[in-house]
Amino acid sequence: MTEQKSLHEPLFHISKRAALPWWKAWLIRAAAVLAALVISSIIIVIVVGENPFKIFASLIDGNFGTSYKFWTMLENVALLLCVALAVTPAFKMKFWNIGAEGQILIGALAATACIMYLGDSVSEVLLIVFMIAAALIAGIIWAVIPALFKAFFNTNETLFTLMMNYIAMNLVVLFINIWVTSGSGVLGVLSKGHFPVIAENKSLLTVFVVAIVTALMFVYLKYTKHGYEISVVGDSLNTAKYSGMNVKKIIIRTLALSGAVCGLVGVLLVGSVHHTLNSSLADGRGFTAIIVSWLAKFNPLYMILTAFLVVFFQRGANQLASDFYASRVTEDFGDIIVGIIFFFIIGCEFFIRYIVKFRKKHKETATASDFLSEGDNVSDGQDNEPAALKDNALKGEK
Amino acid sequence: MKKLITLLLTAVMAVAACFSLTACGDDKSNARTIDFSMGAEFSNTYYAMFAESIPEDFKIGFIFLHDEKSPYDLNFYDAAKEAVAVMGLKADQVVYKFNVPESQACYDAAKEMIDGGAKAIFADSFGHGTYMAQAAKDFPNVQFYHATGTGTSVADAPANLHNAFAQIYVGRYLGGVAAGMKLNEMAEEDPSIVKDGKIKVGYVGAFPYAEVKSGYTSWYLGVKAACTNDVTMEVKFTNSWYDEVAEKSAAESLIANGCVLLSQHADSMGAPTACEKAGVPNVSYNGSTVDKCPNTFIVSSRIDWAPYFKMIIASFSAKYVEVTADTYILPDDAEDIDSVYVSAATFIKETIGKDFTAGDMALIGSVKMSAINADVMAKGTPAKLAEEMMKIMYEEDPSIYIFDCSKFTVTVSETKNKGAVVDGEGHLISYLADVVDDGTFTPDTDVILTEDGVTFFSESTFRSAPYFDIDIDGITIIG
Repeated sequence: MTEQKSLHEPLFHISKRAALPWWKAWLIRAAAVLAALVISSIIIVIVVGENPFKIFASLIDGNFGTSYKFWTMLENVALLLCVALAVTPAFKMKFWNIGAEGQILIGALAATACIMYLGDSVSEVLLIVFMIAAALIAGIIWAVIPALFKAFFNTNETLFTLMMNYIAMNLVVLFINIWVTSGSGVLGVLSKGHFPVIAENKSLLTVFVVAIVTALMFVYLKYTKHGYEISVVGDSLNTAKYSGMNVKKIIIRTLALSGAVCGLVGVLLVGSVHHTLNSSLADGRGFTAIIVSWLAKFNPLYMILTAFLVVFFQRGANQLASDFYASRVTEDFGDIIVGIIFFFIIGCEFFIRYIVKFRKKHKETATASDFLSEGDNVSDGQDNEPAALKDNALKGEK
Repeated sequence: MKKLITLLLTAVMAVAACFSLTACGDDKSNARTIDFSMGAEFSNTYYAMFAESIPEDFKIGFIFLHDEKSPYDLNFYDAAKEAVAVMGLKADQVVYKFNVPESQACYDAAKEMIDGGAKAIFADSFGHGTYMAQAAKDFPNVQFYHATGTGTSVADAPANLHNAFAQIYVGRYLGGVAAGMKLNEMAEEDPSIVKDGKIKVGYVGAFPYAEVKSGYTSWYLGVKAACTNDVTMEVKFTNSWYDEVAEKSAAESLIANGCVLLSQHADSMGAPTACEKAGVPNVSYNGSTVDKCPNTFIVSSRIDWAPYFKMIIASFSAKYVEVTADTYILPDDAEDIDSVYVSAATFIKETIGKDFTAGDMALIGSVKMSAINADVMAKGTPAKLAEEMMKIMYEEDPSIYIFDCSKFTVTVSETKNKGAVVDGEGHLISYLADVVDDGTFTPDTDVILTEDGVTFFSESTFRSAPYFDIDIDGITIIG
């Protein structure tokens, strides 16, 4: 008993939850968003002294205010989603491809090169075919280079793909300086290689293409042999090897797929969205897509939601900067709100997976086992015994 | 009609030429400054006549490269706020977009403004040009205004695209005159600054572009005109519009090279701060630096964009549209006020047109001088500037006075000043400048004119954006 008396009881301790019913998990997520909005509102009031409801109304207006804003939002969701889809197979395989930005840019550069060198000599239809082919191939090459090094020399793919971004960016700058002789370094709007516009809506084509890619990627990852192999390689490299999978081949093949989808985004940007090229064309989507993919737990369908969430705040922040310039609200302020909201959303996943048990007021004679069984009641009453034993073992108790 | 316009303007000009001594000065620095206003002001009364009939649904959008932290953009933003206030626009009739890069973001920003109902869109940076031109093609019912742009110089430029730039070289020249007078005073106090009969000044430039070269050449010619000793100038480029560290170290190295007075065309406080630290007098640009540099700041010049913005807004008023219509005839029983409307509207129409040519800019008060620092300036500077200004103001094209070819020489070689033709003494007789911005970067227009027996480089008349890019004798560019 004396031993038990000297037991130091922490203020709280954390243990893993057993599976939570889906509605409880979503309730926690909703609470997190609500908490984030409340905190953001407080900061809005303190920092800019604006009515937070006006700020949130402006966020909504930026996305749904007019049909132009709505379609621009959809187009942005589609583009970000497409990049997220591109990085997902590699991520599932635990290949940390952070080179999507460069893969998009190199695809865009290849497509632009087609316009610059073939624009005058081939028909518009043929030009578009060349642009697509060139962009996909360029994207594949850019992704496969680090994949080859990973597969054969086990180099660090994170650094390798990151560095490939800078090479792509500077190649873009180099080629613009070759094509633009005036020294302004601005390529301007290209007059050739414009993709067809469906139903007089410039954004529709992108949305449509990405919808197809999403469906295909979902099927590919969930129902095909390739998709299964990717999961196995990601879960356990040794399992993959023992079961006779050709890991090198899987890595290279998967990265080629990643690169191709990034290249597709590149050609969409040049051919359908912006009709121009510069080193910021990808607009950081190669990096933002990583968050989108992670938040959605690599599920293409959830990614629609997470991509929307990111774009909603980006577009909303843009609107905020226009509506509240007088209160010195800039787009950076939107980033603060986005940061707070992501912090809560990512943070709440912790509470879905784990449970925090606070120290309770105990009778003086309270024992460790009292404390444990009390806490375990919270975790849905599933299989308490092993958890209790484990916790006891950790504390050196019997 | 023309006579009436001239009448309207000269009346104001006489008032504007006055200056006054404000002994109280600035509270922050306790520096004594002398206000110095230049140029005629197309009076706010005339703008206000149009302000009454601006449609409720009129909306104007401003696209800025950076935000208020950049002095360059702040100058535009301040002017926009002033114009909006004078023209009585409500908050929902104006959209500002800051930090818009020179990329597709500019086109998107314009499109977003149009989606929000904007009828007029202004962009402040050179690189916005191609995107503004594209937007002008895609939205023919919206008017696009682009500062420092050259897009309207090409034959197939859209009719709804407008360029603008002021004759800022006039302000630079006057700043140079103030500097030249200061040099005289300095040489009197300390004759050792004159070496081999020459005094050396320095200039921190951003990029070796025409806009910068035109600026420092006119400044240098102003210094030469006022200084009794011969003057040479060293120029150092930072290759950035805004780089405080590079500008500071460029200024420091110029001072170390023996430059006794500095000026700059770069946006940060780098050069003025270096001058204040070393006790070297400085002529600034884009705004007064007297607060931070009370012991070295002399004077500064800047472009005031408010008159241009006021004219843009006025041109959307119902009255303007009515009196400038091709079918409009002034009624026989018209009262005086009607003809004032017609002449003011005609003046605005001529001024903002396709390319807001500089000649009109100076006339409407687009070039502004800051207050002069009485503690640093040489004695008699305000009177001298006023005298110079009156000479310049009466020229329709001030470059006849400032870029008078007999006042400077040019050396032509294989690598330097290729397009120039000079006489035996090195004075320019012909120069092909790249005025038409067709992307080929080829010189296309001879800009050397002769009027009233004076041969001069006619700057900012063939198009508003500067094209003076000659390296004249006496100026050395150092690496």
